[in-house]
Amino acid sequence: MRRLVWRAAELVGSTPETATARTLRFRVPGWPGHLAGQHVDVRLTAEDGYRTQRSYSLAGPADGEHVELTVEDVPDGEVSPYLTEIMEAGDQVEIRGPVGGWFVWRPDNDRPVLLVAGGSGIVPLMAMIRTRRQAGSRAPFRLLYSLRGPDSVYYADELRRPDPGLDVSYLYTRSAPEGVSRPAGRIMLADLAEGGWPAAHAPDCYVCGPTGFVEAAADLLLALGHAPERIRTERFGPTGG
Amino acid sequence: MGGIVSIISRGFHGRRRDAGDRLPPGQYLVEDFPVLSAGPTPRVPPERWEFAIDTEAGVTHRWTWPEFLALPQERPTVDIHCVTEWSKLDTSWEGVSLDTLFEDVDTAADYALVYSYGGYTTNLPLEDLLDGKAWIVHRFDGEELQPQHGGPARLLVPHLYFWKSAKWVRGIRLLDEDHPGFWETAGYHNYGDPWREQRYEGD
Ligand SMILES: Cc1cc2nc3c(=O)[nH]c(=O)nc-3n(C[C@H](O)[C@H](O)[C@H](O)COP(=O)(O)OP(=O)(O)OC[C@H]3O[C@@H](n4cnc5c(N)ncnc54)[C@H](O)[C@@H]3O)c2cc1C
Repeated sequence: MRRLVWRAAELVGSTPETATARTLRFRVPGWPGHLAGQHVDVRLTAEDGYRTQRSYSLAGPADGEHVELTVEDVPDGEVSPYLTEIMEAGDQVEIRGPVGGWFVWRPDNDRPVLLVAGGSGIVPLMAMIRTRRQAGSRAPFRLLYSLRGPDSVYYADELRRPDPGLDVSYLYTRSAPEGVSRPAGRIMLADLAEGGWPAAHAPDCYVCGPTGFVEAAADLLLALGHAPERIRTERFGPTGG
Repeated sequence: MGGIVSIISRGFHGRRRDAGDRLPPGQYLVEDFPVLSAGPTPRVPPERWEFAIDTEAGVTHRWTWPEFLALPQERPTVDIHCVTEWSKLDTSWEGVSLDTLFEDVDTAADYALVYSYGGYTTNLPLEDLLDGKAWIVHRFDGEELQPQHGGPARLLVPHLYFWKSAKWVRGIRLLDEDHPGFWETAGYHNYGDPWREQRYEGD
């Protein structure tokens, strides 16, 4: 039987993604590898023994004993401000995983894929995009990325570079840059109808982000005729309303 | 368990909230109500809703929505614990105790496989559903249960991690042998006791 153990994880580097999010690169001796879409549990222990843990998606493909997470600073959060602001190279947390055998994409699957990200929900979907590229997969991918404005894009340079077979559309919710004809606003039926795949192509759909976003996007996909069993979701929280 | 050598995260202080001894290991308190589901939210109109118990002998007991609402109702207030680490204290529900639903059911089965509209399944020993430990609930916090939280009705088994409390519940199949459900075949623990921190297979 497989057992998920806590492993020491040392921060070896970090990159800011936006003003409020950063990617953290950890060295985790003994890391068993993972699939795109899976997440880990991160545990923090204070000097006096107080502990707490949260879940974070893996941002990249398996890479030996290194794992990358991208964390958004949640104001007044207990864990995310530590990971995004306080933690420095050489500091440690504990990590266990990989967790989740459902919200995953495997490179031997060449069906069309629709990725629908809301904010930090891009993280596990980026792992799928990177895994696809690394494996030389020809599965056609479309990414719909809903975010506040152009300053909120994670992995901006990488997503701008051409990646044959991957189409990226940005859906700005607060402020659209000049030249973008779609008015800023929440994800709508037309966004999924235009930027996604017709339901008749039976794509595998992966939807990830805050709960409200995931609820809305998954409902729209159903309304467009996508089969419920082809829609996989990951809800990051917080409220269900 | 696990950490013999303790790893301290330098500069981490944490936000302690006093939950007394009501918080299982590795859990933190939330005030809101997060949602965890593997797919889209099914919408089940009450006129199409039914709940069934299928025994190992092939007998099915069924309730329509009005029949279910006509059963004696209880109002449990319980703490709930999600495997994604949040716990919520003193949640209040309204629904029917499984003891009531099982009153006329003849069974010698040891296991239950709970199944839902939308295809979700979860398994647990039958004894974990009986003796005041579980309900089929249709109201939360004085309001109708919202679809994203499992409405029209969900199972409530608060002493196990919350994925066992199947949303959009449709029925319970009684079995002589244990049959792992959706998350239980996807790396999560077969039983899921939060007090023993049985999150994942092998915990
Ligand atoms: C499977 C899974 C994967 C996840 N992957 C990622 C990831 O890759 N990157 C990432 O940044 N986060 C991810 N999350 C969310 C993460 O686990 C934490 O919930 C988040 O970092 C907030 O934790 P915190 O301790 O800072 O805030 P808390 O102290 O837990 O919460 C503080 C306040 O912020 C609210 N809040 C909690 N979460 C959010 C949120 N996501 N957005 C807005 N408000 C919130 C709470 O309701 C509360 O009022 C994931 C969650 C799950 C379940």
